[in-house]
Amino acid sequence: MSDKMHIKLKVNGEDKEFLAEPRELLIYALREKLNITGPHVGCETSHCGACTVTIDGKSVKSCTMFVAQANGAEITTIEGIGEPDALHVLQENFREHHGLQCGFCTPGMITRATKLLEENPNPTEEEVRFGMAGNICRCTGYQNIVKSILSAASEINAAKEAAQ
Amino acid sequence: MIPAAFDYHRPKSMDEVIALLGEHGDDARVMAGGHSLIPMMKLRMAEVPHLIDLQDIENLAEITIEEGHISLGAMVTQHDLITHSKLALRAPILREAALQIADPQVRYMGTIGGNLANGDPGNDMPGVMQCLGARINLIGPDGARSVAARDYYEAAYMTDREDDEVLVSVDFQAPSGGYAYEKQKRKIGDYATAAAAVMITKSEGKIASASVAMTNLSDVPVWSEEAGAALVGTACDGAALEAAVAAMLGDIDPSEDNRGPVAFKRHVAGVILKRAITRAWGRA
Repeated sequence: MSDKMHIKLKVNGEDKEFLAEPRELLIYALREKLNITGPHVGCETSHCGACTVTIDGKSVKSCTMFVAQANGAEITTIEGIGEPDALHVLQENFREHHGLQCGFCTPGMITRATKLLEENPNPTEEEVRFGMAGNICRCTGYQNIVKSILSAASEINAAKEAAQ
Repeated sequence: MIPAAFDYHRPKSMDEVIALLGEHGDDARVMAGGHSLIPMMKLRMAEVPHLIDLQDIENLAEITIEEGHISLGAMVTQHDLITHSKLALRAPILREAALQIADPQVRYMGTIGGNLANGDPGNDMPGVMQCLGARINLIGPDGARSVAARDYYEAAYMTDREDDEVLVSVDFQAPSGGYAYEKQKRKIGDYATAAAAVMITKSEGKIASASVAMTNLSDVPVWSEEAGAALVGTACDGAALEAAVAAMLGDIDPSEDNRGPVAFKRHVAGVILKRAITRAWGRA
Protein backbone atom coordinates (compact mmCIF):
# COMPACT_ATOMS: atom_id res chain seq x y z
CA MET A 1 0.00 0.00 0.00
CA SER A 2 0.93 3.63 -0.62
CA ASP A 3 3.67 2.81 -3.07
CA LYS A 4 4.82 5.86 -4.92
CA MET A 5 3.33 6.40 -8.35
CA HIS A 6 5.03 7.75 -11.41
CA ILE A 7 3.17 11.01 -12.11
CA LYS A 8 3.26 12.91 -15.40
CA LEU A 9 1.79 16.39 -15.69
CA LYS A 10 2.03 19.19 -18.19
CA VAL A 11 2.27 22.35 -16.12
CA ASN A 12 2.27 25.74 -17.83
CA GLY A 13 3.31 24.02 -21.06
CA GLU A 14 6.21 22.08 -19.55
CA ASP A 15 6.28 18.31 -19.11
CA LYS A 16 6.91 17.29 -15.51
CA GLU A 17 7.56 13.82 -14.12
CA PHE A 18 8.00 12.82 -10.51
CA LEU A 19 7.20 10.16 -7.95
CA ALA A 20 4.46 10.76 -5.41
CA GLU A 21 2.15 8.85 -3.12
CA PRO A 22 -1.34 8.83 -4.65
CA ARG A 23 -2.75 10.47 -1.51
CA GLU A 24 -0.61 13.58 -1.92
CA LEU A 25 -2.86 16.56 -2.64
CA LEU A 26 -2.19 18.26 -5.95
CA ILE A 27 -1.48 21.60 -4.25
CA TYR A 28 1.40 20.06 -2.30
CA ALA A 29 2.79 18.27 -5.35
CA LEU A 30 2.82 21.59 -7.23
CA ARG A 31 4.35 23.58 -4.39
CA GLU A 32 6.77 21.10 -2.85
CA LYS A 33 7.70 18.74 -5.69
CA LEU A 34 7.66 21.22 -8.58
CA ASN A 35 8.39 24.44 -6.69
CA ILE A 36 5.37 26.09 -8.29
CA THR A 37 4.36 28.23 -5.33
CA GLY A 38 1.88 30.62 -6.98
CA PRO A 39 -1.19 28.58 -5.97
CA HIS A 40 -1.51 29.06 -2.22
CA VAL A 41 -2.68 26.85 0.62
CA GLY A 42 -5.39 28.93 2.28
CA CYS A 43 -8.11 26.97 4.06
CA GLU A 44 -7.15 23.55 2.66
CA THR A 45 -10.84 22.61 2.82
CA SER A 46 -12.04 23.63 -0.68
CA HIS A 47 -13.66 26.81 0.58
CA CYS A 48 -11.27 29.69 -0.07
CA GLY A 49 -10.06 29.16 -3.65
CA ALA A 50 -6.46 30.35 -3.03
CA CYS A 51 -5.22 27.04 -4.49
CA THR A 52 -7.26 27.37 -7.72
CA VAL A 53 -5.54 26.08 -10.88
CA THR A 54 -6.90 25.22 -14.32
CA ILE A 55 -6.90 21.48 -15.03
CA ASP A 56 -7.90 20.30 -18.51
CA GLY A 57 -10.02 23.42 -18.94
CA LYS A 58 -11.68 23.36 -15.53
CA SER A 59 -11.13 25.71 -12.59
CA VAL A 60 -10.28 23.36 -9.74
CA LYS A 61 -9.32 23.76 -6.09
CA SER A 62 -6.07 21.81 -6.05
CA CYS A 63 -6.39 21.07 -2.31
CA THR A 64 -9.31 18.80 -3.16
CA MET A 65 -7.68 16.63 -5.78
CA PHE A 66 -5.22 13.81 -5.25
CA VAL A 67 -2.13 14.04 -7.41
CA ALA A 68 -3.03 10.58 -8.74
CA GLN A 69 -6.29 11.98 -10.15
CA ALA A 70 -4.39 14.68 -12.00
CA ASN A 71 -1.94 12.20 -13.56
CA GLY A 72 -1.81 12.92 -17.30
CA ALA A 73 -3.52 16.30 -17.02
CA GLU A 74 -2.62 19.71 -18.39
CA ILE A 75 -2.44 22.33 -15.68
CA THR A 76 -2.17 26.09 -15.77
CA THR A 77 -1.20 28.01 -12.64
CA ILE A 78 -0.67 31.74 -12.09
CA GLU A 79 2.94 31.20 -13.22
CA GLY A 80 1.57 30.38 -16.68
CA ILE A 81 -0.46 33.60 -16.88
CA GLY A 82 1.54 36.65 -17.99
CA GLU A 83 5.18 37.50 -17.33
CA PRO A 84 6.64 39.93 -14.76
CA ASP A 85 7.49 42.42 -17.52
CA ALA A 86 4.46 41.63 -19.68
CA LEU A 87 1.50 41.23 -17.38
CA HIS A 88 -1.71 39.50 -18.44
CA VAL A 89 -4.52 41.99 -18.92
CA LEU A 90 -6.20 40.70 -15.73
CA GLN A 91 -3.00 41.19 -13.74
CA GLU A 92 -2.61 44.68 -15.19
CA ASN A 93 -6.18 45.53 -14.19
CA PHE A 94 -5.82 44.11 -10.68
CA ARG A 95 -2.84 46.44 -10.29
CA GLU A 96 -4.60 49.39 -11.88
CA HIS A 97 -7.79 49.05 -9.81
CA HIS A 98 -6.18 47.97 -6.56
CA GLY A 99 -7.81 44.54 -6.80
CA LEU A 100 -5.63 43.24 -3.99
CA GLN A 101 -4.24 44.28 -0.66
CA CYS A 102 -2.22 41.49 0.97
CA GLY A 103 -2.21 39.51 -2.27
CA PHE A 104 -2.61 36.06 -0.75
CA CYS A 105 -5.82 35.25 -2.62
CA THR A 106 -4.73 36.94 -5.85
CA PRO A 107 -3.18 33.97 -7.72
CA GLY A 108 -6.39 31.99 -7.21
CA MET A 109 -8.54 35.01 -8.08
CA ILE A 110 -6.73 35.70 -11.34
CA THR A 111 -6.48 32.04 -12.35
CA ARG A 112 -10.22 31.64 -11.79
CA ALA A 113 -10.97 34.93 -13.55
CA THR A 114 -9.08 33.86 -16.71
CA LYS A 115 -11.40 30.86 -17.01
CA LEU A 116 -14.47 32.93 -16.17
CA LEU A 117 -13.72 35.41 -18.98
CA GLU A 118 -12.90 32.60 -21.38
CA GLU A 119 -16.36 31.10 -20.80
CA ASN A 120 -18.20 34.42 -20.52
CA PRO A 121 -16.21 37.20 -22.26
CA ASN A 122 -18.73 39.90 -21.49
CA PRO A 123 -20.06 39.29 -17.97
CA THR A 124 -22.35 41.53 -15.97
CA GLU A 125 -21.26 42.57 -12.49
CA GLU A 126 -23.62 39.96 -11.06
CA GLU A 127 -22.13 37.25 -13.27
CA VAL A 128 -18.62 38.19 -12.14
CA ARG A 129 -19.66 37.97 -8.49
CA PHE A 130 -21.40 34.63 -9.08
CA GLY A 131 -18.51 33.28 -11.15
CA MET A 132 -15.96 34.30 -8.50
CA ALA A 133 -18.00 32.97 -5.59
CA GLY A 134 -15.56 30.14 -4.97
CA ASN A 135 -12.75 32.56 -4.11
CA ILE A 136 -12.54 34.34 -0.78
CA CYS A 137 -10.70 37.61 -0.15
CA ARG A 138 -10.41 38.92 3.40
CA CYS A 139 -8.93 42.33 2.53
CA THR A 140 -10.68 44.10 -0.30
CA GLY A 141 -14.39 43.57 0.27
CA TYR A 142 -14.44 42.38 -3.37
CA GLN A 143 -15.40 45.76 -4.87
CA ASN A 144 -12.06 46.33 -6.54
CA ILE A 145 -11.69 42.70 -7.58
CA VAL A 146 -15.00 42.91 -9.43
CA LYS A 147 -13.97 46.26 -10.92
CA SER A 148 -10.64 44.78 -12.07
CA ILE A 149 -12.29 41.83 -13.79
CA LEU A 150 -14.96 43.95 -15.49
CA SER A 151 -12.31 46.36 -16.68
CA ALA A 152 -10.14 43.52 -17.99
CA ALA A 153 -13.17 42.13 -19.85
CA SER A 154 -13.82 45.43 -21.61
CA GLU A 155 -10.15 45.78 -22.52
CA ILE A 156 -10.07 42.27 -23.99
CA ASN A 157 -13.28 42.93 -25.92
CA ALA A 158 -12.04 46.30 -27.18
CA ALA A 159 -8.81 44.66 -28.37
CA LYS A 160 -10.83 41.95 -30.14
CA GLU A 161 -13.01 44.54 -31.88
CA ALA A 162 -9.97 46.55 -32.93
CA ALA A 163 -8.42 43.41 -34.41
CA GLN A 164 -11.49 42.70 -36.55
CA MET B 1 -5.11 17.29 6.41
CA ILE B 2 -3.31 14.27 5.02
CA PRO B 3 -5.54 11.28 4.36
CA ALA B 4 -4.55 7.74 5.26
CA ALA B 5 -2.58 5.98 2.55
CA PHE B 6 -4.46 4.11 -0.16
CA ASP B 7 -3.92 2.19 -3.36
CA TYR B 8 -5.17 4.13 -6.35
CA HIS B 9 -7.04 2.42 -9.18
CA ARG B 10 -8.14 4.06 -12.41
CA PRO B 11 -9.91 1.31 -14.36
CA LYS B 12 -11.11 1.74 -17.95
CA SER B 13 -14.28 -0.33 -17.79
CA MET B 14 -17.20 -1.05 -15.45
CA ASP B 15 -16.26 -4.75 -15.50
CA GLU B 16 -12.91 -3.83 -13.96
CA VAL B 17 -14.66 -1.65 -11.36
CA ILE B 18 -16.99 -4.49 -10.35
CA ALA B 19 -14.04 -6.89 -10.18
CA LEU B 20 -12.08 -4.48 -7.94
CA LEU B 21 -15.09 -4.05 -5.64
CA GLY B 22 -15.45 -7.84 -5.50
CA GLU B 23 -11.80 -8.32 -4.72
CA HIS B 24 -11.45 -5.66 -2.03
CA GLY B 25 -14.97 -5.61 -0.53
CA ASP B 26 -15.45 -2.98 2.17
CA ASP B 27 -11.88 -1.77 1.68
CA ALA B 28 -12.74 -0.30 -1.73
CA ARG B 29 -14.82 2.71 -2.70
CA VAL B 30 -15.52 4.33 -6.01
CA MET B 31 -14.97 8.05 -6.45
CA ALA B 32 -16.56 10.36 -9.03
CA GLY B 33 -15.57 14.03 -8.60
CA GLY B 34 -14.36 13.37 -5.06
CA HIS B 35 -15.65 16.63 -3.61
CA SER B 36 -17.54 14.87 -0.82
CA LEU B 37 -15.24 11.88 -0.38
CA ILE B 38 -11.85 13.65 -0.43
CA PRO B 39 -12.77 16.10 2.37
CA MET B 40 -13.95 13.13 4.47
CA MET B 41 -10.70 11.27 3.74
CA LYS B 42 -8.64 14.36 4.64
CA LEU B 43 -10.46 14.53 7.99
CA ARG B 44 -9.90 10.78 8.32
CA MET B 45 -13.61 10.32 8.81
CA ALA B 46 -13.43 8.01 5.81
CA GLU B 47 -10.65 5.51 5.30
CA VAL B 48 -10.47 3.97 1.86
CA PRO B 49 -7.62 1.48 1.41
CA HIS B 50 -8.54 1.03 -2.28
CA LEU B 51 -9.74 4.12 -4.07
CA ILE B 52 -11.35 3.49 -7.48
CA ASP B 53 -11.39 6.62 -9.63
CA LEU B 54 -14.17 6.51 -12.27
CA GLN B 55 -12.81 9.28 -14.50
CA ASP B 56 -11.61 6.96 -17.31
CA ILE B 57 -14.75 4.84 -17.60
CA GLU B 58 -16.23 5.31 -21.05
CA ASN B 59 -19.74 6.69 -21.54
CA LEU B 60 -20.22 7.52 -17.88
CA ALA B 61 -20.40 11.26 -18.55
CA GLU B 62 -23.05 11.11 -21.25
CA ILE B 63 -26.22 13.15 -21.40
CA THR B 64 -28.80 11.56 -23.71
CA ILE B 65 -32.15 13.06 -24.62
CA GLU B 66 -34.28 10.76 -26.79
CA GLU B 67 -38.01 10.89 -27.45
CA GLY B 68 -38.73 12.81 -24.30
CA HIS B 69 -36.59 10.58 -22.14
CA ILE B 70 -33.48 11.91 -20.42
CA SER B 71 -30.56 9.91 -19.09
CA LEU B 72 -27.60 11.36 -17.19
CA GLY B 73 -24.43 9.34 -16.67
CA ALA B 74 -23.03 9.32 -13.15
CA MET B 75 -19.95 11.36 -14.14
CA VAL B 76 -21.97 14.26 -15.60
CA THR B 77 -20.82 17.27 -13.58
CA GLN B 78 -22.92 20.09 -12.16
CA HIS B 79 -21.06 22.33 -14.61
CA ASP B 80 -22.23 20.08 -17.48
CA LEU B 81 -25.83 20.35 -16.24
CA ILE B 82 -25.55 24.14 -16.24
CA THR B 83 -23.96 24.50 -19.67
CA HIS B 84 -25.83 21.82 -21.70
CA SER B 85 -28.24 23.99 -23.70
CA LYS B 86 -30.58 21.20 -24.86
CA LEU B 87 -30.90 19.88 -21.32
CA ALA B 88 -31.59 23.37 -20.02
CA LEU B 89 -34.45 23.50 -22.52
CA ARG B 90 -35.93 20.06 -21.76
CA ALA B 91 -35.38 19.93 -17.98
CA PRO B 92 -34.57 23.46 -16.78
CA ILE B 93 -35.04 22.50 -13.12
CA LEU B 94 -31.66 20.72 -13.28
CA ARG B 95 -29.83 23.88 -14.30
CA GLU B 96 -31.69 25.92 -11.68
CA ALA B 97 -30.74 23.40 -8.97
CA ALA B 98 -27.14 22.89 -10.11
CA LEU B 99 -26.51 26.65 -10.04
CA GLN B 100 -27.34 26.60 -6.33
CA ILE B 101 -24.88 23.83 -5.48
CA ALA B 102 -21.50 24.74 -3.94
CA ASP B 103 -19.35 27.19 -5.94
CA PRO B 104 -17.99 27.35 -9.52
CA GLN B 105 -14.82 25.35 -8.89
CA VAL B 106 -16.67 22.61 -7.03
CA ARG B 107 -19.30 22.42 -9.80
CA TYR B 108 -16.61 21.56 -12.39
CA MET B 109 -15.77 18.45 -10.34
CA GLY B 110 -18.97 17.57 -8.47
CA THR B 111 -21.11 15.02 -10.32
CA ILE B 112 -24.75 14.04 -10.45
CA GLY B 113 -23.76 10.47 -9.58
CA GLY B 114 -21.81 11.48 -6.50
CA ASN B 115 -24.55 13.84 -5.39
CA LEU B 116 -27.14 11.05 -5.67
CA ALA B 117 -25.02 8.20 -4.30
CA ASN B 118 -23.53 9.96 -1.29
CA GLY B 119 -26.75 9.91 0.71
CA ASP B 120 -25.97 13.14 2.54
CA PRO B 121 -29.33 14.74 3.42
CA GLY B 122 -27.82 18.07 2.34
CA ASN B 123 -27.29 16.96 -1.27
CA ASP B 124 -29.71 18.74 -3.61
CA MET B 125 -30.11 16.32 -6.52
CA PRO B 126 -31.87 13.53 -4.58
CA GLY B 127 -34.85 15.81 -3.93
CA VAL B 128 -34.84 17.02 -7.53
CA MET B 129 -34.84 13.43 -8.80
CA GLN B 130 -37.62 12.44 -6.41
CA CYS B 131 -39.63 15.40 -7.65
CA LEU B 132 -39.08 14.27 -11.27
CA GLY B 133 -39.95 10.64 -10.49
CA ALA B 134 -36.52 9.54 -11.74
CA ARG B 135 -35.03 6.07 -11.61
CA ILE B 136 -31.54 5.39 -10.33
CA ASN B 137 -29.57 2.76 -12.24
CA LEU B 138 -27.03 0.50 -10.56
CA ILE B 139 -24.59 -2.11 -11.84
CA GLY B 140 -23.27 -4.90 -9.66
CA PRO B 141 -21.81 -8.38 -9.95
CA ASP B 142 -25.27 -9.77 -10.79
CA GLY B 143 -25.93 -7.22 -13.51
CA ALA B 144 -27.97 -4.04 -13.75
CA ARG B 145 -30.99 -2.97 -11.75
CA SER B 146 -33.02 0.16 -11.36
CA VAL B 147 -34.63 1.75 -8.28
CA ALA B 148 -37.11 4.63 -8.05
CA ALA B 149 -35.40 7.70 -6.55
CA ARG B 150 -38.40 7.90 -4.20
CA ASP B 151 -37.47 4.47 -2.78
CA TYR B 152 -33.69 4.83 -2.87
CA TYR B 153 -32.91 6.69 0.36
CA GLU B 154 -33.09 4.77 3.65
CA ALA B 155 -31.31 6.99 6.19
CA ALA B 156 -28.44 9.48 6.26
CA TYR B 157 -25.68 8.00 4.06
CA MET B 158 -27.71 4.78 3.75
CA THR B 159 -29.22 3.96 0.38
CA ASP B 160 -30.60 0.94 -1.44
CA ARG B 161 -27.22 0.49 -3.18
CA GLU B 162 -25.22 -2.55 -2.04
CA ASP B 163 -21.50 -2.15 -1.35
CA ASP B 164 -20.56 -4.10 -4.48
CA GLU B 165 -22.80 -1.97 -6.73
CA VAL B 166 -22.07 1.29 -8.55
CA LEU B 167 -24.55 4.02 -9.37
CA VAL B 168 -24.06 4.48 -13.13
CA SER B 169 -26.88 6.74 -14.27
CA VAL B 170 -30.23 8.34 -13.52
CA ASP B 171 -33.08 8.65 -15.98
CA PHE B 172 -36.53 10.22 -16.16
CA GLN B 173 -39.23 11.42 -18.53
CA ALA B 174 -38.53 14.96 -19.72
CA PRO B 175 -40.81 17.02 -17.48
CA SER B 176 -43.45 19.40 -18.72
CA GLY B 177 -45.04 22.42 -17.11
CA GLY B 178 -43.60 24.82 -14.57
CA TYR B 179 -40.62 24.11 -12.34
CA ALA B 180 -38.69 25.60 -9.44
CA TYR B 181 -35.81 24.69 -7.19
CA GLU B 182 -35.79 27.14 -4.30
CA LYS B 183 -33.01 26.94 -1.73
CA GLN B 184 -32.32 28.92 1.41
CA LYS B 185 -28.69 28.74 2.49
CA ARG B 186 -26.53 30.79 4.81
CA LYS B 187 -23.85 31.51 2.22
CA ILE B 188 -22.42 30.32 -1.11
CA GLY B 189 -21.27 26.74 -0.77
CA ASP B 190 -23.50 25.88 2.16
CA TYR B 191 -26.04 23.11 2.23
CA ALA B 192 -29.68 24.10 2.40
CA THR B 193 -31.33 25.31 5.57
CA ALA B 194 -34.38 24.29 3.55
CA ALA B 195 -34.92 23.67 -0.15
CA ALA B 196 -37.89 22.67 -2.29
CA ALA B 197 -38.19 21.12 -5.74
CA VAL B 198 -41.57 21.66 -7.39
CA MET B 199 -43.03 20.66 -10.76
CA ILE B 200 -46.53 21.83 -11.75
CA THR B 201 -48.63 21.26 -14.85
CA LYS B 202 -51.63 23.44 -15.63
CA SER B 203 -54.90 22.74 -17.39
CA GLU B 204 -57.81 25.17 -17.85
CA GLY B 205 -56.46 27.57 -15.23
CA LYS B 206 -56.08 24.87 -12.57
CA ILE B 207 -53.19 22.77 -11.36
CA ALA B 208 -53.44 19.42 -13.17
CA SER B 209 -50.52 17.73 -11.45
CA ALA B 210 -47.94 18.70 -8.86
CA SER B 211 -44.85 17.07 -7.40
CA VAL B 212 -43.08 18.38 -4.30
CA ALA B 213 -39.79 17.26 -2.73
CA MET B 214 -37.83 18.82 0.14
CA THR B 215 -34.07 18.84 0.82
CA ASN B 216 -32.21 18.69 4.15
CA LEU B 217 -35.33 18.61 6.29
CA SER B 218 -35.06 14.98 7.36
CA ASP B 219 -32.29 12.37 7.28
CA VAL B 220 -33.47 11.56 3.74
CA PRO B 221 -34.95 13.67 0.95
CA VAL B 222 -38.72 13.95 1.38
CA TRP B 223 -41.11 13.55 -1.55
CA SER B 224 -44.40 14.83 -0.15
CA GLU B 225 -47.18 13.14 -2.06
CA GLU B 226 -49.80 14.92 0.04
CA ALA B 227 -48.34 18.36 -0.58
CA GLY B 228 -48.63 17.73 -4.33
CA ALA B 229 -52.15 16.35 -3.93
CA ALA B 230 -53.20 19.46 -1.94
CA LEU B 231 -52.42 21.61 -4.97
CA VAL B 232 -54.16 19.57 -7.67
CA GLY B 233 -57.47 21.07 -8.85
CA THR B 234 -56.79 24.45 -7.29
CA ALA B 235 -55.91 27.73 -8.98
CA CYS B 236 -52.83 27.99 -6.74
CA ASP B 237 -54.58 30.44 -4.42
CA GLY B 238 -53.56 31.26 -0.86
CA ALA B 239 -55.61 28.44 0.66
CA ALA B 240 -53.96 25.90 -1.68
CA LEU B 241 -50.50 27.15 -0.70
CA GLU B 242 -51.37 26.86 3.00
CA ALA B 243 -52.73 23.35 2.50
CA ALA B 244 -49.60 22.25 0.61
CA VAL B 245 -47.34 23.70 3.31
CA ALA B 246 -49.36 22.00 6.07
CA ALA B 247 -49.11 18.67 4.25
CA MET B 248 -45.36 19.10 3.69
CA LEU B 249 -44.81 20.00 7.36
CA GLY B 250 -46.43 16.69 8.26
CA ASP B 251 -43.84 14.82 6.19
CA ILE B 252 -40.56 16.50 7.17
CA ASP B 253 -38.59 15.81 10.32
CA PRO B 254 -35.75 18.35 10.61
CA SER B 255 -33.24 18.26 13.43
CA GLU B 256 -31.45 21.11 15.14
CA ASP B 257 -27.94 21.94 13.94
CA ASN B 258 -25.84 25.03 13.26
CA ARG B 259 -28.39 26.12 10.66
CA GLY B 260 -30.96 26.63 13.39
CA PRO B 261 -33.47 25.02 15.73
CA VAL B 262 -36.31 22.82 14.54
CA ALA B 263 -38.98 25.54 14.74
CA PHE B 264 -36.89 27.85 12.55
CA LYS B 265 -36.28 25.13 9.97
CA ARG B 266 -39.98 24.34 9.80
CA HIS B 267 -40.72 28.04 9.34
CA VAL B 268 -38.13 28.36 6.56
CA ALA B 269 -39.40 25.18 4.89
CA GLY B 270 -42.87 26.74 4.63
CA VAL B 271 -41.57 30.01 3.21
CA ILE B 272 -39.34 28.22 0.68
CA LEU B 273 -42.09 25.86 -0.45
CA LYS B 274 -44.52 28.75 -1.03
CA ARG B 275 -41.92 30.54 -3.11
CA ALA B 276 -41.16 27.42 -5.11
CA ILE B 277 -44.83 26.66 -5.80
CA THR B 278 -45.51 30.26 -6.79
CA ARG B 279 -42.56 30.33 -9.18
CA ALA B 280 -43.40 26.94 -10.71
CA TRP B 281 -47.04 28.02 -11.16
CA GLY B 282 -45.90 31.25 -12.85
CA ARG B 283 -43.91 29.15 -15.32
CA ALA B 284 -46.58 26.45 -15.89
